[in-house]
Amino acid sequence: MGLRRVAIVGAGLTKFYRRAQETPKELAYEAAKMALESCEMRLEDIDCVVLGTAPDAFDGVHMNGEYLIDGAGGKRKPYMRHYVGGGTGVLSPIHGWFHVASGMFDTCLVVAEEKMSSCYPHPAGAFLTIFDHTTEQPLYPTLIWIFAIEMNRYMTRWGLSKRDIALVSVKNKKNALDHPSSQVAAEITVDDVLNSEVMAWPVNRLDVSPTSDGAAAIVLAAEHIARRVTEKPIWIDGVGWALDTSYWCTRDLYYPDYVEVAARMAYKMAGIREPDKEIHVAEPYDPFSYKELHHMEGLLLCKRGEAIKLLVDGVTQRDGNLPCCPSGGALGVGNPIAATGLMKIIEIFLQLREEAGKRQVPGKPTCGVAQAWGDLMQVGTVVVLRR
Amino acid sequence: MTKRVAIIGVGTTGFRATTPDLSYRELTYEAATKAYMEAGIEPKDVDAFVSTAEDFFEGYSIADEYAPDQLGAVLKPLYTVPGDFIHSLASAYMMIMSGVAEISVVQGMSKASNMLTLSEMVGFAMDPIYNRPLKEDPVFIAGMEMMRYMYETGTTRRQCAQVVVKNKRNALNNPNAGHGALIDVDYVLNSPMVSYPLTEMDISPHSDGAVVMVLAAEETAKALSDKPIWIRGIGWCSDTPVLESWDWAEATYTRLAAQQAYKMAGIRYPRKEIDFVELNDEFSYKELQHLEALMLCKKGEAGPMTEAGATEIDGELPVNPSGGCLGVGNLFELNGGQKVLDVVLQLRGEAGKNQLKDVTTGLAHSWRGIPTATGAVVILSN
Amino acid sequence: MEELITKEMVERTATGLSERDIREGKVITTTWKPNLRYGWDNGPALGRYLAELKNGRIIGKRCRKCNRILLPPRMFCELCWRPTDEWVYVKDTGVVNTFVISYIDWKAGRIPKGQRPFTPAVIEIDGASPGMGILHLLDEVEPEKIYIGMRVKAVWKPPEERIGAITDIKYFKPY
Repeated sequence: MGLRRVAIVGAGLTKFYRRAQETPKELAYEAAKMALESCEMRLEDIDCVVLGTAPDAFDGVHMNGEYLIDGAGGKRKPYMRHYVGGGTGVLSPIHGWFHVASGMFDTCLVVAEEKMSSCYPHPAGAFLTIFDHTTEQPLYPTLIWIFAIEMNRYMTRWGLSKRDIALVSVKNKKNALDHPSSQVAAEITVDDVLNSEVMAWPVNRLDVSPTSDGAAAIVLAAEHIARRVTEKPIWIDGVGWALDTSYWCTRDLYYPDYVEVAARMAYKMAGIREPDKEIHVAEPYDPFSYKELHHMEGLLLCKRGEAIKLLVDGVTQRDGNLPCCPSGGALGVGNPIAATGLMKIIEIFLQLREEAGKRQVPGKPTCGVAQAWGDLMQVGTVVVLRR
Repeated sequence: MTKRVAIIGVGTTGFRATTPDLSYRELTYEAATKAYMEAGIEPKDVDAFVSTAEDFFEGYSIADEYAPDQLGAVLKPLYTVPGDFIHSLASAYMMIMSGVAEISVVQGMSKASNMLTLSEMVGFAMDPIYNRPLKEDPVFIAGMEMMRYMYETGTTRRQCAQVVVKNKRNALNNPNAGHGALIDVDYVLNSPMVSYPLTEMDISPHSDGAVVMVLAAEETAKALSDKPIWIRGIGWCSDTPVLESWDWAEATYTRLAAQQAYKMAGIRYPRKEIDFVELNDEFSYKELQHLEALMLCKKGEAGPMTEAGATEIDGELPVNPSGGCLGVGNLFELNGGQKVLDVVLQLRGEAGKNQLKDVTTGLAHSWRGIPTATGAVVILSN
Repeated sequence: MEELITKEMVERTATGLSERDIREGKVITTTWKPNLRYGWDNGPALGRYLAELKNGRIIGKRCRKCNRILLPPRMFCELCWRPTDEWVYVKDTGVVNTFVISYIDWKAGRIPKGQRPFTPAVIEIDGASPGMGILHLLDEVEPEKIYIGMRVKAVWKPPEERIGAITDIKYFKPY
């Protein structure tokens, strides 16, 4: 049986701030409203609502999904929340996709929201509780440790230098200067990155994306409605997601298997055989500088260990052959966890419609991929979009 | 060409007040092993998994991290639905209907005994600006709702107490249930008051346990199982979480969810076409309120129906033959899972002493508990 | 160039605040300190692991099908999907698989000047399968001297101070 085609027809995004005055409901509302207005649909036209938000600990509300119902437009509608930690933002369109592809609904509003600033003394503290409560939490680990551990492993395996990896921060923060939502866009140099405060060697402050408040939303529609609503529907052609074992100490962290498994699932569905040739623009998740490279390899956009070469040769710049993170990514725009993933989806959406303003990559791209990662180096979520 | 989806395997550890001998990993592993054996599959045959968990109930942030190992889902598509088990079931159902999976697995678990400051956790879900600063134990919300419900429908406390008596008695014959008891209405009414008009006995005690189910698309279901239980209709709905705007007497979220499910199942006269119901009775009056919202009787009729014995196992519309939340225990996110499980067992003729005769269509319903107004309904047939 | 989402649209959606705005009361805030306590049942596998740590030993469990010795021990092998077999004591020495030199603590605060930075590491324990690591801290070594492949040994708390927790091992040091 052929899969029912589903397209993204509208999108909305709030500004990302380290601290926003708006409540989580208000942030969700702003993004949802903008998304509906962008395709001239009303809430009554929406059959169901799907919401993604990462750890409740940030917003400080248990059952955060319930709390956000009215802000996300879910009142008295079929409303469901989904969750895979940091991968949530790209799982959101996947979750919305099968609401529509299953034939049960024709339109779906997908909202992703995050308000990290409400967590005191610092949102990073909430990450203590993602580690195993018996075997790891008593050691008081923090998320930065696990990233630094992975970065160390990746650098050592391939003999990479921090100088080269810092180019990712430089590229993305510069790209973000053209993104309307950006929180930490800036023109910086490799030396700025290397001289920034060492948080957990080998991670420096400018290698890390900030904590943020923000929300994003998209509208999905089945084919017959999508074509009526917009001239440029962007089709969700491939979806994939995979979750690895929680025993992360038994895995060699230098390669993200979970991203490869998810990518293969999405590429198979989209009929992509040679991702490095058929994908024109990519938004891999970049919460840390080296992660963009790590994920590019997992997405099979280049061979293992070779992502650095593409970066250094300028292939991943906006005017290169395979632009990565033309939006500015998490490093440049900000990282309100669930909303970041959806922000990346929105970026590909805009790029394929040639509505990305100054960020537009040349060459009329027709196929793009967005990816997010989450948990204890565990989850990969991948979506392939086509014009 | 609409294909159908069936449940072909279920597994549970049973539900009891504490499970000190097992961690959450072993609980789920046990339920999964039983479910896979029944369905005749191995984890590698499964295309997608859905787990059900809420961070603050598990005590982890990002509860989905710890889901794959005990389901055999390492490096496979799995995500978590912070909702009720029936929401996860809907998700798994949609994945099969969309063509992305042929076989999917749904998991739910409760380790309520591990939650030491339970009422604070439930209270943590309340609005942080308007409601939480009142520092009230959240059970007041149920007390308030019960008052308004009784006022608008004329339902009496005795009728609510009758629900408790019936469900706890049913639970005595359910080997999976943790809180069966033989009591009478006066015992319920005279037990200590918690939040007027709710006494201790009107409120479900909690239980631990795990449930795993295997779903399959029609052809595969028929090939693997000789007793597939078909999902005829499914619906879910969330009303506003803002307490101040609530419908205090009617469970609108249940009515809308039921409407969606009935429409999908092609059911026009629920009272005639549904043989029995497993619904959320976390608080005694909720069984009555939900029965009315499911449109199985008119507003205000549920109380008298119960008093007359119509909802007993030998009545014309058995409600909660398994014992419900009052008899089995409140399982939080897993509540819907216990109800679907019992509907499946009844439809297969495997419900033991509480087996109903000649049943073909059952309804399982859940509500996410205070302070939410979210519910889900699924209609199953054999 | 055409833009679906413009700067003006986005600017209207949210208002930025600074820490100072909050501290100085420029915006009204409410605070809440949640009291969330859990008593997790550890089950037979982790339970034995902790009990043996109290005895000053590390124990794993074998899966005969993939022949891995699993650490921390589990009742079932997550890859073979079958119950595991015999308990196996492993050594308290191992090899550093990867490590970090951290200047921030779990609350994202910087450690006081002069204090030794944290050096957590993934340590592959001798006797367990290759690549079977546990997370722990390293100490009694200068951070700059740590390298991947370094051999380390556990430093235990004295028996009377052990309670059956991962912290019964104070840290690992080179040997």
